[in-house]
Amino acid sequence: MSSISLGGLLRRPEAGAALGLLAVLIFFAIFGGLTFLKPAGMASWLNVAANLGVIAIPLGLLMIAGELDISVGAMVPFGAMTVAVISGHYGLPIWLGIFVALSFGVVVGLVNGFLVIKTAVPSLIVTLGSLFAVQGIVLGLTVLITKSTSVALATEGPAKAIFGDFVMGGQLQVMVLWWLALTALYIFFVHFSPFGNWIFAMGGDKVSARNAGIPTDRLTMILFVLSSTSAAFVGMCQAILYNSAQVAGGQSFIFNSIIAVVVGGVLLTGGFGSVVGIFFGTITFAVVTQGIYYTDFDRNWSSLIIGVLLLGAVLMNNTFRKMALSYAPKKGAK
Amino acid sequence: MAPPILALRGVNKSFGPIDVLHDITLEVRPGEVLCLLGDNGAGKSTLIKIMSGVHQPSSGVIEMDGAQVSLPNPRAAQEAGISTVHQFGGTFPLMSIGRSFFVGVEPTKGWGPFKVYDRKNANAIAVKAVQDMGITRITDGDRLVGGLSGGERQSLAIARAVHFGARVLILDEPTAALGVKQATHVLRIVNEAKRRGLAVIFITHQVMHAMAVGDHFAVLIRGAVAADFKKGEKTREEITDLMAGGASMASLEAEIEGYMASHDGHPPPPA
Repeated sequence: MSSISLGGLLRRPEAGAALGLLAVLIFFAIFGGLTFLKPAGMASWLNVAANLGVIAIPLGLLMIAGELDISVGAMVPFGAMTVAVISGHYGLPIWLGIFVALSFGVVVGLVNGFLVIKTAVPSLIVTLGSLFAVQGIVLGLTVLITKSTSVALATEGPAKAIFGDFVMGGQLQVMVLWWLALTALYIFFVHFSPFGNWIFAMGGDKVSARNAGIPTDRLTMILFVLSSTSAAFVGMCQAILYNSAQVAGGQSFIFNSIIAVVVGGVLLTGGFGSVVGIFFGTITFAVVTQGIYYTDFDRNWSSLIIGVLLLGAVLMNNTFRKMALSYAPKKGAK
Repeated sequence: MAPPILALRGVNKSFGPIDVLHDITLEVRPGEVLCLLGDNGAGKSTLIKIMSGVHQPSSGVIEMDGAQVSLPNPRAAQEAGISTVHQFGGTFPLMSIGRSFFVGVEPTKGWGPFKVYDRKNANAIAVKAVQDMGITRITDGDRLVGGLSGGERQSLAIARAVHFGARVLILDEPTAALGVKQATHVLRIVNEAKRRGLAVIFITHQVMHAMAVGDHFAVLIRGAVAADFKKGEKTREEITDLMAGGASMASLEAEIEGYMASHDGHPPPPA
C-alpha cells in the first residue's frame, strides 16, 4: 500500500508536530550537547511533559470537537487544594480527598458542558467565567477554612506510590507513567474505536453530526468532564508529590496546553488533529522549556523560542493540511 | 399508482406569534421526484425541518405509508427512512471519505472492548456506494472530503443516504452552490435514486434544475402551497412567475415603473 509513503506520512495531522520535535531536538543537541537526552536530562522534560500532557490531550480532544476549556488553569489548584484541605488540614483519609478532588473535576466539567450546550455561548467565554469563579472559590474557601494560602499534606502508602512519587531512580515522576498509559488509552479511543470518529465529525460540522445521529450534547459533556477532571487529577497528584498545595499556580497550564495542542497539529476551529500529534507537541514544548537550561542561553529566551515555534508550527500544519485536502490519487491508476 | 410513502396533511407551523407554514398538504410516492419550489423565506427550510424531525408541526399530521407517525427528532426520522442532505453536503471536510460515510454507524472489527474501526472495509463500502451512483472518479476512501468538488460531496452524501436504506430522500438546495457541470452530476444521481424507487423531495429555487428531474411540483409562497401540479402542466415562465409571487410581483413591477416614469427615472425610496 502507498499508505507508508512519504507523502502519506506528511498528510497526517501529526506530521508538523513530528518535524517540529525533531527540529527542537537537533537544536538543543547542537547548543546544549546531548546531556538533556541522558536519563537525568530526560527526566526533567518528561516530568514537565507528563503533567502538561495529561491535561493537553483531553483539551486537544475538546478543540478537535470545536470547543475550548481554559478553566483547566483553575482546576489544577482546585484539585490540589481539595485533597490538601480534606486529607491535610482535616486529616481525613487520603482516598476521600482524592475522591472529592476528582468529583469536583467532574462537577465543574458538567457545569461547563451544560452551560455551553444550553446557552450556546462560546466555550472560551463560558470557561473563562468558570476559570475565575473556581479561582475565587479556591482562594476564598482555603483562606476561610485554613486561614492560609498554602496547605501541607503528608501522604504515605499506596496513594503516595500511585499518584505522587518518584520512580526509576527517584527522578521520574509517577505522572510520566500515567501520561503514557493515558496517551495509549486515548489513542485507542480516538483513532481506533468508533467513538473517535464522532469527535472529529462534531468538530467538522456539529449540525451534520447531530443529524447523523451522534449524541453531540452528551459527547460535549463527556469531553468537558474529561478535561476538567484531568486537570483536577494533575493538581491532586502534584499536591501528593510536593506534600503541599498552593491556591495560586496552574494558570500556566492554560496557555501551555493550548500551545502543546496547536503545535501538535490540532486545528483551532476543530475537526482535525491527532492524539499522537498532541503527544509530540507536548514533548516539544517541554523540551524547549527545559532544554534551555542545558544551553548557554539565558532561560528568558525560551519564551521567544516557544513563540516562534508556535507560529512556525501553525504555518507548517496549515501547509500539511492543504496537502492532505488537495491530495488525490494519481491519474492513470485505472 | 403506488400509495404515498410520505404525506403531510394540513400541516401548520408557527414560532411564537409568527405563522411560518399554513395548511401544507403534500405527498410523495416511491420512484417519484417532488420538487419543492419557492423563493427565500417561503418556508422551505421549515418544511424540511418538519419532515426531517428537527421541528414539530404546530398542527396537522405526518403520514408514512398511510399511517400517522411522529418524528420527535432527526434520529427518529432517519430510522423511519427519511434522509436529509443539506446544501453543503452534510459532510465533514477534514475527514476521510470512508470515515465521513460511516459517521455514527462505524463498522468495527474485533471483539469486546477491543472493537476497532474497520478502515479498510469502511473505505471499500463507501467507494463502491459512490461509484454505484455513477461517480467513478472517487476511488480512494482515504481521501479527505474537503478535497472533493461540490458535486462529488453532494453525491457522496446522497450515496450515503441511499446506502443506509433511505426511502425518502430530502435534498435541500443540492445544486444551489454548484456550477453547471457539477449540478448535472447531482441531477443524474437524483435520477438514479428515483430509478431505485426512492421518493425524492428536491428543494430548489432553480426552475431549470427542477424541471430536469421533477415529476411533481409544489410552489411555496409565504408558507402556503400556492400551486401543485404535475410535470408538463406548466411552462418554465409560469413557474418562475409563481415563485416570485405571481400576480403580486407583476403589480409591484408596474408600480415601480409608474413611479420611475413620474420621478425622472428615480426608483421609489425603500419602504
